[in-house]
Amino acid sequence: MIELPPPNPAVLARRAEIVAALRALVPDTALGHGVIGDETRLKAYETDGLSAYRQPPLAVVLPTSTAQVAAVLRYCHQNGIRVVPRGAGTSLSGGALPLADAVVIGLMRMNRILEVDYDNRLAVVEAGVTNLGITQAVAAEGFFYAPDPSSQLACMIGGNVMMNSGGAHCLKYGVTANNLLGVTFVTIEGEVIEIGGGHLDAAGYDWLGLITGSEGQLGLVTEVTVRILRAAEGARAMLAAFRSNEVAGQVVDAIIGSGIIPVALEFMDRPAIHACEAFAHAGYPLDAESLLIIEVEGNLEEQDILLGKLKEICGRFDPISLRVAETAEESLAIWKGRKGAFGAVGRISPDYLCMDGTIPTGELPHVLRRIGEMSESYGLQVANIFHAGDGNLHPLIMFDANDPESFRKAEAFGADILKLCVEVGGCLTGEHGVGVEKRDLMGVQFTRAELDRQRAIKSAFDPAWLLNPAKVFPLDGLPAAATTPRAA
Amino acid sequence: MTDLLLPPDEASLAEAVREASAARLPLAIEGHGTRRASLRPVQAARTLSTRGLTGITLNKPAELVLSARAGTPMPEIEAALAAQGQMLPAEPPDFSALFGADRPATLGGMVAAHLSGPRRIGPGGALRDQVLGVRAVTGDGEVIRSGGRVHKNVTGLDLCKLLAGSHGTLGVLTEITLKLAPRPEGSLTLAVRVAELAAGVRALSAGLGSPFGVSGAALLPRGAPALGLDGPVALLRLEDFLQFLPHRAGALRGLLDGHGAVSLVEGEDSLALWRAVRDAALLEAAPEQAVWRLSVKPTAAPGVARTLEDSFGARLLLDWGGGLVWVAGPATEAAHRAVMAAAQAARGTFTLFRAPDSLRAAVPVVPDEPAALAAIGARVKAVMDPMGILNPGRLRA
Ligand SMILES: Cc1cc2nc3c(=O)[nH]c(=O)nc-3n(C[C@H](O)[C@H](O)[C@H](O)COP(=O)(O)OP(=O)(O)OC[C@H]3O[C@@H](n4cnc5c(N)ncnc54)[C@H](O)[C@@H]3O)c2cc1C
Repeated sequence: MIELPPPNPAVLARRAEIVAALRALVPDTALGHGVIGDETRLKAYETDGLSAYRQPPLAVVLPTSTAQVAAVLRYCHQNGIRVVPRGAGTSLSGGALPLADAVVIGLMRMNRILEVDYDNRLAVVEAGVTNLGITQAVAAEGFFYAPDPSSQLACMIGGNVMMNSGGAHCLKYGVTANNLLGVTFVTIEGEVIEIGGGHLDAAGYDWLGLITGSEGQLGLVTEVTVRILRAAEGARAMLAAFRSNEVAGQVVDAIIGSGIIPVALEFMDRPAIHACEAFAHAGYPLDAESLLIIEVEGNLEEQDILLGKLKEICGRFDPISLRVAETAEESLAIWKGRKGAFGAVGRISPDYLCMDGTIPTGELPHVLRRIGEMSESYGLQVANIFHAGDGNLHPLIMFDANDPESFRKAEAFGADILKLCVEVGGCLTGEHGVGVEKRDLMGVQFTRAELDRQRAIKSAFDPAWLLNPAKVFPLDGLPAAATTPRAA
Repeated sequence: MTDLLLPPDEASLAEAVREASAARLPLAIEGHGTRRASLRPVQAARTLSTRGLTGITLNKPAELVLSARAGTPMPEIEAALAAQGQMLPAEPPDFSALFGADRPATLGGMVAAHLSGPRRIGPGGALRDQVLGVRAVTGDGEVIRSGGRVHKNVTGLDLCKLLAGSHGTLGVLTEITLKLAPRPEGSLTLAVRVAELAAGVRALSAGLGSPFGVSGAALLPRGAPALGLDGPVALLRLEDFLQFLPHRAGALRGLLDGHGAVSLVEGEDSLALWRAVRDAALLEAAPEQAVWRLSVKPTAAPGVARTLEDSFGARLLLDWGGGLVWVAGPATEAAHRAVMAAAQAARGTFTLFRAPDSLRAAVPVVPDEPAALAAIGARVKAVMDPMGILNPGRLRA
């Protein structure tokens, strides 16, 4: 279990007064209460996508404007109250997990699309617009917002910015950072700063780049300017099944070496194939050790040519089966199993941890072998899903939440996998963030001095460590300002 | 020339910085010093160069990853990549001609200045997004790492992005790991003869808003006489497998119908044309002129261009769909004030990219930041360079 710091009793004691003060700043609207203070309703906010951890907050504020966000932050800053920003709460690393003495600022009511500009290929949206909502707003004109996390129906652009989220198609289109032009940023002091906008690149420091992926440590984002792209003429997928993970790894190398960058290049290992097939009946070959889903884009003729080349490459590696979609429906059928992977694993085991390390792609066979060995020694099942083109590995570790020992083992197993990722030259997290989940592993990837430097940069934005504390940075080694409870 | 420190490796570079820090002696940081005439003149008696730190340290074509020491000349990296059919997707420019430099730029200098070429207009084209990892020496002489050698990495604060574009004021980059891409088999350009700049930007927007994969979108007010292109001409580049290009070009041409007469530039000519756009050679700035780089919304660019033409007869070259406005004009404070005002009115940004020392020392070379951000910036600078010895004055007075 990951430790959370003890709440500041002075803040807890002032709860009623704090809630009243916040109500004055964020009044009720037709949408509902601006501030949630009663215990039953707070329970709805007690966790995020890392549901093994739960902690109702002191209060939840649901502002509807940047000005309200600024006012709430100014109040919290003046009163030494901690703040946990929250989008949709789908973080898989516990990034949005509340603290008992913290005010959650939920951005979900800031969900307006403010501007769509096709000539400049950008959209300005509030932080609480969902990822898919952006694409839906521009789809009629043939445009889309490229990063597509599997949670795109729910997760919000503000959360995406803070996690620098990726998706199945980031091999071609990049992650959130590649597709961002600007943000409206609110500091802990309540200062509103426009960073970037409709143009590319900053002339001075790249604050936009630093803020992206900063997990709510530096400030809040209330508006976001994103690139919108014209969708390709079409896309089609193929499925290739192989006899071993080594071979599938070689196929990935051969594809990248051929000069083709598919839009997606997804890998599943045997347990993942079986789980997905049982759930989605996508027609995956059950005798395969590993399976690749490869998607290409372009007009029909281009798709044919690319799929032909890919088929030829796969054919050199003695595939068990090769299935090239002829139609959009057949593509969907190929994707069906992969897209349902979380649900599928959820059926085998209601509780699982979704890990998220990245490895150099060439290390895949070795890493999967080691994970297999760990799975045996921990006595826990694991299914591996891998964004093969970019090395982002998602082992799903299955456990029984009713058995504390099983959960403890699952966490230890996950930690071992992430340490392995770092050991082979990779990193702790490719897209889900550090949050609370990987906080205590940061020392595996960074030296104390490197962490101190990062912590000092956090302090430059948030000197009293009020923003999303107890996340990202290990608790030992925090600056004094982060640990001394401020008189409230 | 000031005193030059030429450490042969990272450890001695860190040692040199530590000593300078202890003695509070400022250092100008450079690679080959090709862009000394850019931004503000640095206030330092001694120069520390990374040019002793050279060589590719990791090259994994199948993983699309390459690491090199910061002082490695760009041509060395580009040659190695060309030999394996790959490239840096950011298309880093070569400004040696623009600066009259007799040496090539180094990798560290490119990243520290965050310079990307025409492909920046697409989501994969920013150099900083291709910086997967860095090693750097902070102003107090400590070696730090950020990122790594894998494509997807969100572990901790992204200091790679902070250092990329920090112009050597937050740390001395010593080694950089980059993401690679396959080199496209073919390059083909549609040149659209447009009536004026606004019409040109509309043509570029139409192309960039098409599904045909336009990878470069530039606008030459005076054309490219060497290629027989009269101005103003809008250029749209397609890059892909050779067999895809004829069909794409046909489709794009159909889409551009009504924007102006279209001619095709193919093969080596297309490559040369985009090098000339990338390196701002087509700006044809006279040696005594100042050069500015503005970044605005593409649709705001024609207004900026007109203002600056009216104000001081600016020479212009537009890239990035119109949004990157290269400007050449007299190296005067009046011209600089006009550029600043135009960038501000367009809600964009500017850099005084090349000018005589006197002008660079006298004016803001990049826009001022809002006070709240400047205060954060000063604190971040103090974290990375506590004694303020790295490139003092380079970005702001
Ligand atoms: C089923 C499932 C599938 C997923 N698939 C993917 C995937 O494919 N790729 C991927 O990258 N991720 C994936 N995720 C993880 C998650 O969806 C992303 O991290 C997402 O970006 C979080 O968005 P959110 O709105 O839910 O943010 P939250 O979970 O609410 O918050 C995320 C973090 O950002 C902070 N934050 C949120 N909004 C703001 C703001 N406006 N200002 C400042 N800080 C803020 C929070 O404090 C927290 O630290 C998945 C999650 C689930 C549950």
